[in-house]
Amino acid sequence: MTVTNREAMLTKLADLEAEHAKAVAGGGPKYVDRHHARGKLLPRERIELLVDPGSAFLELSPLAGWGSDFSVGASVVTGIGVVEGVECLITANDPTVKGGASNPWTVKKIFRASQIAEENNLPTISLVESAGADLPTQKEIFIPGGKLFRDLTRASARKSPTVALVFGNSTAGGAYVPGMSDYTVMVKGQAKVFLGGPPLVKMATGEEADDESLGGASMHARISGLADYLAEDELDAIRIGRRIVARLNHRKARTEPVPPFVGPDEDVEGLIDLIPADLKEPFDPREVIVRVVDGTGPGNARSFDEFKPLYGASLVTGWARIHGRPIGILANAQGVLFSEEAQKATQFIQLANQADTPLLFLHNTTGYMVGAEYEQGGIIKHGAQMINAVSNSTVPHLSVIMGASYGAGNYGMNGRAYDPRFLFTWPSAKSAVMGPAQLAGVLSIVARAAAEGRGQEYDEQGDAEMRAFVEASVEEQSLPFFLSGMLYDDGVIDPRDTRTVLAICLSAIENAAFSGAGCYGVFRT
Amino acid sequence: MIRRLLVANRAEIASRVFRTCRDLGIETVAVYSDADAGLPYVREADAAVRLPGDAPADTYLRIDLIVDAARRSGVDAVHPGYGFLSESADFARAVGDAGLTWVGPTSQSIEAMGSKVRAKDLMRASGVPVLEVPEPPTVDDLPLLVKASAGGGGRGMRIVGDLDRLADEIRAARAEAESAFGDGTVFVEPYLLRGRHVEVQVVGDTHGTIEVFGERDCSLQRRHQKVVEETPAPCLPEATRAALHEAARAAAAAVSYVGAGTVEFLYDPSTDRFFFLEMNTRLQVEHPVTEMVHGIDLVALQLRVAEGGSCASGRSMDRAQAHDLTGGGGHAIEVRLYAEDPAAGYAPQSGTLTAFAIPPAPGLRVDAGFESGSEVTTFYDAMLAKVIAHAPTRDQAARTLAGVLSRSRIHGLATNRDQLVALLRDPDFLAGEVSTAFLDEHPPSTAAAGGDHAVAAALAVAERDRLARTVQHAIPVAWRNVVSQPQVTRFTESSAPREVRGAAGTEDPVSVEWWGGRDGYAVPGLTVVAASPGSVTLERDGVATTYAVSGGGDRVDVDAPGGHVSLTVVPRFTDPADAVASGSLLAPMPGTVVSVAVEKGQQVAAGQPVLVLEAMKMQHTVRAPGAGIVTDLPVTPGDQVAASEVLAVVASRSKDSADTTHEEI
Repeated sequence: MTVTNREAMLTKLADLEAEHAKAVAGGGPKYVDRHHARGKLLPRERIELLVDPGSAFLELSPLAGWGSDFSVGASVVTGIGVVEGVECLITANDPTVKGGASNPWTVKKIFRASQIAEENNLPTISLVESAGADLPTQKEIFIPGGKLFRDLTRASARKSPTVALVFGNSTAGGAYVPGMSDYTVMVKGQAKVFLGGPPLVKMATGEEADDESLGGASMHARISGLADYLAEDELDAIRIGRRIVARLNHRKARTEPVPPFVGPDEDVEGLIDLIPADLKEPFDPREVIVRVVDGTGPGNARSFDEFKPLYGASLVTGWARIHGRPIGILANAQGVLFSEEAQKATQFIQLANQADTPLLFLHNTTGYMVGAEYEQGGIIKHGAQMINAVSNSTVPHLSVIMGASYGAGNYGMNGRAYDPRFLFTWPSAKSAVMGPAQLAGVLSIVARAAAEGRGQEYDEQGDAEMRAFVEASVEEQSLPFFLSGMLYDDGVIDPRDTRTVLAICLSAIENAAFSGAGCYGVFRT
Repeated sequence: MIRRLLVANRAEIASRVFRTCRDLGIETVAVYSDADAGLPYVREADAAVRLPGDAPADTYLRIDLIVDAARRSGVDAVHPGYGFLSESADFARAVGDAGLTWVGPTSQSIEAMGSKVRAKDLMRASGVPVLEVPEPPTVDDLPLLVKASAGGGGRGMRIVGDLDRLADEIRAARAEAESAFGDGTVFVEPYLLRGRHVEVQVVGDTHGTIEVFGERDCSLQRRHQKVVEETPAPCLPEATRAALHEAARAAAAAVSYVGAGTVEFLYDPSTDRFFFLEMNTRLQVEHPVTEMVHGIDLVALQLRVAEGGSCASGRSMDRAQAHDLTGGGGHAIEVRLYAEDPAAGYAPQSGTLTAFAIPPAPGLRVDAGFESGSEVTTFYDAMLAKVIAHAPTRDQAARTLAGVLSRSRIHGLATNRDQLVALLRDPDFLAGEVSTAFLDEHPPSTAAAGGDHAVAAALAVAERDRLARTVQHAIPVAWRNVVSQPQVTRFTESSAPREVRGAAGTEDPVSVEWWGGRDGYAVPGLTVVAASPGSVTLERDGVATTYAVSGGGDRVDVDAPGGHVSLTVVPRFTDPADAVASGSLLAPMPGTVVSVAVEKGQQVAAGQPVLVLEAMKMQHTVRAPGAGIVTDLPVTPGDQVAASEVLAVVASRSKDSADTTHEEI
């Protein structure tokens, strides 16, 4: 059985690697080679040089646009990297994908990155080289896209620094990225920043002007003053960008040192044996927790102190540390959430807020229990209490969708709509309003009832086809790549990397101050 | 009885003499130049006197300063060490005139042996064979060697292979000797291409006893300077050995020699004949091999003889140096570890010795003048240390010594260590086929150090970076959730011209590609067993090797059984401003060149106007930053220039390289 779980997970991980490889491949060998032949670097090459040697880079939304008409990755790379010891939100256009033009998914991905920078008080570094908006889809970009520039200047107003390194085209609306940034570096002979290029200027005013006089790096550094620094080449621009960050005097909100800690008590490798290939089988989340949290050691006598272990056993709650940071964990144990679990969660979330302790939600839920007994027992009230607590909690939340995340359970466990600081998905996850078979079954029952109401004979064959179609499409739309493509998470991760990903997030979170909630919505009791 | 002794010398020989003094209860005084103020011997002495300046002529060669130092520090004896004033009759006399005990032979002996021409005459008269050239020499006598009578250490020596050139060479040698030694006397000897240098250790006392403590073979030389010395001399017929000892005894007796001295012979193995070369009236650099094999302390013997004692019972009474063969015997080999680059014509090296650790071994002795952190200058001899191995057999001594050297950690400077290891393992050397031509016939190897040194260096640097992190301390190195490319660490090899595996040439940086992540480091073709800033263990083809890594800043030294490699990290970025030719004059602001006051190639003085720049209706005079020559002048009047554009380059006049003296012994 264990081997089967492992094999199933390894297959999914191989698929994930293949999807990531598509994002890395950008516009494909032809455009990559052409770009290199021009002496230019790829977005990830620029990032590798920008971040501190040997530091980590947590790429965000790498599968954005998956399943759409656009390239996987949405022609931009975003992520959290360490530059001169400062955790920064880095974005980099991929000029090998349609010249780095922004499509609707690009815009969504950058919005998400801006949100992360804002919530966690991270400086933003934009590595700019974009042909502008993807004109065929301009209707989905133009109006909402203005937020991009609004976010940059609001970041500046919050004293979250913004740095633009311009490697190539940054024209029309794109010109406002350097325009709105605190610091702007342009690469000599490459950067082109203007509102209107030569043809547009000719059309608009009849003036004949070339690229360089309209928006060359030297012009902006010497004449317009839009460029603060003129870089000799791409490497020099990255060097200057690092020097700018080194001088930001950035200070994290957390100042006390992190206490010493040790790795997990159980082998992290075991995580890929744990998840049943068939999500109908429950698994014990304590086996996950012990492989994610700090192991027992000095100052951490137990790796996980479970809260209320005898009550509401379908939800495990308790306290632990990840890389020395305290964390409260809520993890589904039996899939279903009953009133007891909802009430336990409500109390636990309030306790974490009392203690300014961040929360981690480990999803594997089929939702709140249904049935007359439970409705009469107040399952809606209790579920509402849990959602109330989650919604109004002000400590940072992290969510990991390990397995199922169905129905209102997704909400109560802090799904995407509840704005966790970070949300990652395991390749084994599924998320939808309900399970595909149940959803198809419900539709079938409703249709049968409607037919009977009209006195018609029910088309059994049509029903079977409908159910198969619905089941298949819901199944597809519940899968992690699809949901990640929709920006419904921050990325699909290897379960064995969970501890590292959460630790990077917890470290990034410490750039902004936080404290627990003082009040909640009215708790219906 | 000597109570307090000054050593008129520096570094290892000063330390060496102090050690015996401490054993005997004699207080010690050091003298030091400014450059040597930080060396260990200065601290080891009970008192130290500064000799202001760096150059030997200002410091260790100043008889007046040293005698004054002796007087002020209240010593009653002076030991000259070797080199510097050790064979100066004037110094010996000055010490005696100051009422102090001179630890060495009489000034008369020094003078008698100081002139090689006189010494040869003396030896010929005593029946010691000397090298003779018929007058006039014929073609059959070629090649010939022209030598300065007052010279030493190869200075003033000229090899002549053509009779027509002899007169010119003698004239040139005379001029050189006159300027170097103040004595233009030269003489001519037959030159033995594959001769051996064999010398005999003697000690004489004031009671007329002359003791002989065996011979030493010092044939392995580069530029007439000894590199490897050993005793007993290998492949020497016993009768010849005995004859050598007797000749040396006769030579010493001829001048009623008192103290430790060495009689040098040229031995021709093809004819089994030997010839007197010269007598060194002092302790030799290579004296430790004799001490170890004979179980004596030559410095203690020198002191006893200086106090009027007898040298006859020296063997039994003197402290044996640390070795297992307390009864004497066996074989000892010494190598001289030099701060020099054998592959670059033995160019002396200077800098900080960032690590200096020679591992212990049975029968091993290290006489070092430097330690980790010492500054090595080029003012004096480039010798860092003598490393001596004593073992029952010659083969074992060579093997031990090679092993110790290869495991030593010597960082910060290029040294001849690898060459020494190669020599000690050379089959010809092990067969005893030594001659003064050996090093020319066995040039320094340029073979690559076998191993994955650069990979080890890259991972050690990554570990160093990891430990220096200020955020995300425990996140795996170079972790990526989306993997796109390896990490790249680039190095240049500091100790040119050897190559590291993977290097196309020494000019090209060595690139190491590696991956980080959840499971630790990954390097194609290798298994990374362990990595830390100081140690990296790599497995190739199932064989694990541990590399010791050290260094600060961009310099990385990697030691492994396969050898030592010194690497310099190539920075990811260079500031273009740093790349501007030094001496460049940059436009302070955008403007127009109004006039140019100089021409390319012109000499300019500091502050001299070079050109005038007009910007914003203001005229700015751009002046030469220092004296020098205008090597580039890319602008002409009327030119528009941007801020920071190069207007002119003024190269400072190259100062004559500092006059350095290398004491040669």
